[in-house]
Amino acid sequence: MLIRRLSGWPEWDPFEELGRMRREMDRLMEGLTRSLPGDGSAGVFPLINLTEDMDNFYVRAELPGMAADDLEISVTGNSLSISGERKIPVEDENAVYHRREREAGKFSRMISLPSEIDTGKVEAVSTDGLLTITLPKAEAAKPKQITVKAS
Amino acid sequence: MSATESTALKVQDKKEIGPRPEQLKPGPTYTPAVDIFETEKEIIVLADMPGVKAKDLTIDLRDSTLTLSGDVTRPEGENEVAVLREYQTGKFLRSFTLSEVIDQPGIEATLRDGVLRLTLPKVAPAVPRKITVKTG
Repeated sequence: MLIRRLSGWPEWDPFEELGRMRREMDRLMEGLTRSLPGDGSAGVFPLINLTEDMDNFYVRAELPGMAADDLEISVTGNSLSISGERKIPVEDENAVYHRREREAGKFSRMISLPSEIDTGKVEAVSTDGLLTITLPKAEAAKPKQITVKAS
Repeated sequence: MSATESTALKVQDKKEIGPRPEQLKPGPTYTPAVDIFETEKEIIVLADMPGVKAKDLTIDLRDSTLTLSGDVTRPEGENEVAVLREYQTGKFLRSFTLSEVIDQPGIEATLRDGVLRLTLPKVAPAVPRKITVKTG
């Protein structure tokens, strides 16, 4: 009875139904991947977060165990370069390791900023293993408030 | 050690853990990368906890379970808008069960540049005393 009713339906195409489901799945998956954190990451050490407000760009990176002296930061035009070396001092030779997850090594990364910056006023601060670089936007790149005059 | 000097640092993904114990505070929890080693006298724990201030770090040792937890306050200002976000920030939490008896008052902890160094001195084992039997 059920079969008869189904087959009696006009133009029911199981392949069309599958295709619709697949499109729906694609749409869902796309939404998922787009909202994932870290999307668009270059996968280069160190990972950075770039934020902006009206006047500045802020580049932040987690660099535990690295003092300001271990870092080399330079700016040209609209690109920022961070490089350095993370050193992990050798401990007691007779020490027996249970875990060894922290890594040492050199790194270098270039970051292109969305607009020109005032290279003379760039400041970098490192506190508690968190590096914060403040990059003031160049005058020309700052958003301008335009007042509308009433005629 | 010279062997580590030339290697290039690779991105280590922050490991997010499930809420254990369940957290009432919203936000992700990460496990800090650690080095743990043992010498004759002590156990040393080094943990990478970037962005954690000394006042927000809790070290707890009870029933031979050592728990490290650190809260990270959002470093960004009110008016900042994210342009590119490659990492997330959240609480750090990790616990270990220690196999040695620790001399509790001798524990020392220092936090420098986001790295915690915890020194856990072992309780001196009872020195076997040889008893010489005098013949009288």
